[in-house]
Amino acid sequence: MSDTAITAGALPAPKAENAVAWGFSRAQFAALTAMIVFLAVAPFVLYPVFIMKLLCFALFALAFNLLIGYVGLLSFGHAAYFGMGGYIAGYSAKALGLSPELAILAGGIVAGVLGAAFGWVAIRRQGIYFAMITLALAQMVYFFCVQAPFTGGEDGIQAIPRGSLLGVVPLDRDMAMYWLVAGIFLGAFLLIHRIVHSPFGQVLKAIRENEPRTISLGYKTDHYKLVAFILSTALAGIAGAVKSLVFGIATLTDVHWSMSGEVVLMTLVGGLGTTFGPVIGAAVIVTMQNYLAELGAWVTVIQGVIFVACVLAFRRGIIGEVGNLLKVKL
Amino acid sequence: MEDFFGIPAPLLFGQLLLGLINGAFYAMLSLGLAVIFGLLNIVNMAHGALFMMGAFVAWLLLDKLGLGYWWALLLSPFIVGAFGVLLEKLFISRLYKLDHLYGLLLTFGLALVIEGVFRNEFGSSGLPYRIPPELSGSWDLEFMFLPIYRAWVVAFALVACLATWLVIEKTRLGAYLRAATENAPLVQAFGVNVPRMVTLTYGAGVALAALGGVLAAPIYSVNPQMGSNLIIVVFAVVVIGGMGSILGAVLTGFGLGIVEGMTKVFYPEASATVIFVIMVIVLLARPAGLFGRA
Repeated sequence: MSDTAITAGALPAPKAENAVAWGFSRAQFAALTAMIVFLAVAPFVLYPVFIMKLLCFALFALAFNLLIGYVGLLSFGHAAYFGMGGYIAGYSAKALGLSPELAILAGGIVAGVLGAAFGWVAIRRQGIYFAMITLALAQMVYFFCVQAPFTGGEDGIQAIPRGSLLGVVPLDRDMAMYWLVAGIFLGAFLLIHRIVHSPFGQVLKAIRENEPRTISLGYKTDHYKLVAFILSTALAGIAGAVKSLVFGIATLTDVHWSMSGEVVLMTLVGGLGTTFGPVIGAAVIVTMQNYLAELGAWVTVIQGVIFVACVLAFRRGIIGEVGNLLKVKL
Repeated sequence: MEDFFGIPAPLLFGQLLLGLINGAFYAMLSLGLAVIFGLLNIVNMAHGALFMMGAFVAWLLLDKLGLGYWWALLLSPFIVGAFGVLLEKLFISRLYKLDHLYGLLLTFGLALVIEGVFRNEFGSSGLPYRIPPELSGSWDLEFMFLPIYRAWVVAFALVACLATWLVIEKTRLGAYLRAATENAPLVQAFGVNVPRMVTLTYGAGVALAALGGVLAAPIYSVNPQMGSNLIIVVFAVVVIGGMGSILGAVLTGFGLGIVEGMTKVFYPEASATVIFVIMVIVLLARPAGLFGRA
């Protein structure tokens, strides 16, 4: 099974003695350190808003990877939660005047509640049906967002204020906003790592490898899948919420099915079921979109070609290939 | 002028007809998806893009070669079907030993490429395609005007679906196909060239999508997005019907088209989402789908 499964790139779990701290292996710990150093230095070298965009998509891809990489569920409708998180955060910050931390929290909670409802329906089917159902449900959210008055239709919600963190720290300066975004990203990254390496996460991986066997061992796999789905959607909502505060705008682009495809692509390019893959994948795709923006519709073609190339020749993704080369799990 | 439930008859029957037309496309597309899925075990995410390609090939045949609607109806499915055969040979056939989700991801990538190329070439705004003179005009049925082309689309789609059903259920080729769907290695052991059959099945499913595209060209404007918006609804139709039965796919397609049309009359706000809502209800009541086998 492990040869053909969707996470063929994943190597066996590192032995316990390899773990340095918090379940990170030596190699992962080195990569984590490098990532933290990058987060600390990047805003002084690169354009902070660009790094913030990158981190929002990295968080989105990490949330998506929690499902595909560790439970083996391909959700093709994650844009619904990402976009809805953005709309709710934008609406609460602008129309309700909530502070940014509450607006982000609201975005995450609403996305999680939506995920609970949709997950409850979707986990009744597996595999490709799960993908088609989540895609269809997300399209329903898209049509809802086109019609609902609070989303502003085609215009979206514009001029969303960043406000002041806890009412004390104004976030209008990009650097202030950056540290908040970096903090949320790192917190969520560690949270996902903790979830994956908890006993709960072990059951998720067991479901990915062989669901009937997991059921026969006495686990109510539906409950585990639903909780994983809710966690993933809530985190996707937080990613969307942060993005709408960073850019001050929430639009239909973020709930469209092409956004669902993009997060799949990011995770696939980085490496399904790897710890750092989604971050690298998001960085690659966002940077590519940034530099190729003037090519217009060719960007879609290039993304499609990358999809095809990844599936045919490159299923481990960047991080999976690097890990395989270095004989470590990243 | 007669009224039904306080709705004027022309409006009611007009929407019923529109619903039937949408249903015709749902039926043809979900039929192709079901046949492909049955044998290849992949969800063809490129189905919408190939439907769009069918319409564009019809437009190109007219614009570049001066070949009209009837030629397009014949040639476009062949051309797009041949393109499908090429896709299967080059890409999809490499994935049969892998998890089914990879097939979905690959065909999604192919859909992005096809759609992107057409958007670069022809822009996002639609191109007009005229109704052939033989089918223009409309019949006066007293309670409504029936545009002849729309009646033609519904009738032609029904015949195409019925023909597909006959081929699969009543011919020797169809028997091979059904047998290979159940157990491909065994059929191969009997000396049937299963890989070639798989390739041709993909081509045939794709040709059916292209045929739908040609039928759709005079109704909708020919534009690169015409497939992707439709295909997501078709996925919901497939989930509702279940991919187990050919007639099931056809009935579900037409039925849901009518339901969608009626929703436009009685509660227009929900017309875009009604099929998804039905999908949720069906999943809660009968997870395998109306005609599916668990």
